Amino acid sequence: MTIRPNARTGRFHDFMVAARRDRRLVVQPRMGFDHPAVMRSGLIATRGARATTVGTLTLDSFTRVGDFAAVDRALDAGTRLNGYPIVNYGPAFTRAMLDGVLGADFPIQVRHGSSLPGRIFEALIASGIDASEGGPVSYCLPYGRTPLRRTVAAWRAAGRGFAALREQGVEPHIETFGGCMLGQLCPPAMLVAISVLEGLFFARLGIASVSLSYAQQTHPGQDAEAIAALGSLAAELLPGVEWHIVLYTYMGMYPETRHGALGLVADAARLAAGTGCSRLIVKTAAEADRIPTIAENVEALEVAARAAEGAPPIPSGTDTGILDQARRLVDAVLGLSGDVGAALIEAFAKGYLDIPYCLHPDNAGDTASLITGDGRLEWSRTGALPIPRPGPARRDRLTSRGLLDALSHVKRRYDARIPPQPKEIP
Amino acid sequence: MSHIQPSTPEGPAPHAILSSIPSDSHTWNLLFMQLLLSEQNWSVTNLGPCVPVEVLRDEAVARQPRLIVISTVNGHGCQDGVRLARTLRAVPALATVPMVLGGKLDVDGSKAATMTGELRDAGFDEVFVGGSAVTDFLGYLRRMAPATATERT
Ligand code: B12
Repeated sequence: MTIRPNARTGRFHDFMVAARRDRRLVVQPRMGFDHPAVMRSGLIATRGARATTVGTLTLDSFTRVGDFAAVDRALDAGTRLNGYPIVNYGPAFTRAMLDGVLGADFPIQVRHGSSLPGRIFEALIASGIDASEGGPVSYCLPYGRTPLRRTVAAWRAAGRGFAALREQGVEPHIETFGGCMLGQLCPPAMLVAISVLEGLFFARLGIASVSLSYAQQTHPGQDAEAIAALGSLAAELLPGVEWHIVLYTYMGMYPETRHGALGLVADAARLAAGTGCSRLIVKTAAEADRIPTIAENVEALEVAARAAEGAPPIPSGTDTGILDQARRLVDAVLGLSGDVGAALIEAFAKGYLDIPYCLHPDNAGDTASLITGDGRLEWSRTGALPIPRPGPARRDRLTSRGLLDALSHVKRRYDARIPPQPKEIP
Repeated sequence: MSHIQPSTPEGPAPHAILSSIPSDSHTWNLLFMQLLLSEQNWSVTNLGPCVPVEVLRDEAVARQPRLIVISTVNGHGCQDGVRLARTLRAVPALATVPMVLGGKLDVDGSKAATMTGELRDAGFDEVFVGGSAVTDFLGYLRRMAPATATERT
């Protein structure tokens, strides 16, 4: 068979293009199990959920940090891992696990949080998978101690290798994780800026299909404004690239009650549908505690899909300056170098990008954030960020109690809601 | 990182090394524990996430802390923790330094009491999990206090 230059197919890419055309919100779990039979059942259950779904292989922490000997030890001893060890299993094994599951009607993405992703990309490509997630910043700073410079180089190489699939008629897809950055307490404009910059990083490597992420934060109006800003900047900066926005259900400390947890994922689904996001990653009722079961994943997918149905459009509301801040961050970074990777390294060194409360050695650590009385996430200190100062820099001393209060703001609000009462049967 | 470095407590404070396990990248737990310890008048060296066991061992040998605190939540705490404890305990200089572990240690909600035995056998003095972990840990620190008070005089 000869492949015409513009007739590439990517399972994930094509599926998302079709879903967007039909205006169907795609919902996706963060699912990963070490046992291949459980992983396979989980994917089949995801496919069978009453929702438009794509599948996920979330990889385990040993694989993420490249400790393949520890994976072997765990598999030998039968100790459970927190995800699917795709490298140790090898492509033939994974292809067999996915046989009859992965297809045009059910694409699968590998999610992995690896700062040095070379072996993982080799394994997923060899396993016939055409979608993954990550980025040179978002898979570095929140994921350990690898120097940013090394991660940028490793992601450049991996991204090029992934883009090379296009020469074989495959359209690979990458999602930036830039919209998450430690999961919580990072103000929206920074999330938007890093998401766009990582999208651009991938586009320059030749990836033509990307998704830009944004993680639900503390205030729906603010989130709607951020999602709109992300769309505007992506439209400007990614011409010629097929892109969509993916929303993450709250990534910080999660409600521990069932009604709180499911209430939060339902609100995320309404936010996604109401702001025109194309895809939503869900969280389950077990999030606060442990790795969720297959049934808990399916429940979350279905709760989300139901909540998204008929959700009213959410206007982006008053302009509080998120687009302006994000644009200043992006412009300042891109002004540092014509190479996006080099610009990102330089930007962190200069403190133009600086993530609150991040312990990574390459993060300046001169910014801080707070949650306002009306529940918005704002800067309390902007360090060297090229954005207007929010007023006099506050240097409130951080205490363990103060930190826990800020981290548990969303959790407390959702756990405190009155659980829906079961209807009485007359 | 001025805003998160604890200010040096008054007087010579006992020193604790705080660390995660090699495979765990979570940091909010570490930041929380760092603040908690410094509020209890400990001076803290926070080694951060994804700490290779050799790095932790060398830091501990060099710094001779009064306490080693391992905090991890990714679900690999039992497996990584056992190896970590054995490696540290094999070093004569670290054979008796108090060493504790806490957080979310397995992928099932840290309910199994069985793992605590294995972790203790490997060399941890205490294992803190579940809703009472922080309170129990504060109690443990208080029970250590006489020793640290002596050290201060
Ligand atoms: C934020 C977050 C992230 C962020 C972390 C960013 C960062 N750099 O820190 C991101 C998104 C990057 C992330 C990534 C991952 N995460 Co995560 N994450 C969370 C989340 C949502 C909140 C954590 C948080 O903010 N905690 C705030 C602190 C203050 O609370 P804490 O960590 O629970 O610590 C408290 C206690 O545990 C205790 N404690 C902790 N340590 C110690 C030590 C001692 C001595 C004592 C006494 C007490 C103690 O005291 C603290 C205060 O009460 C939790 C789920 C949740 N809790 O809602 C999942 C969670 C911890 N993550 C999880 C996992 C598995 C991962 C990943 C492996 C991805 C995956 N497979 O899903 C990767 C990690 C990669 C790696 N190499 O390990 C699992 C762990 C599962 C388990 N243990 O069974 C959780 C529970 C989610 C889940 N249900 O799946 N995560």
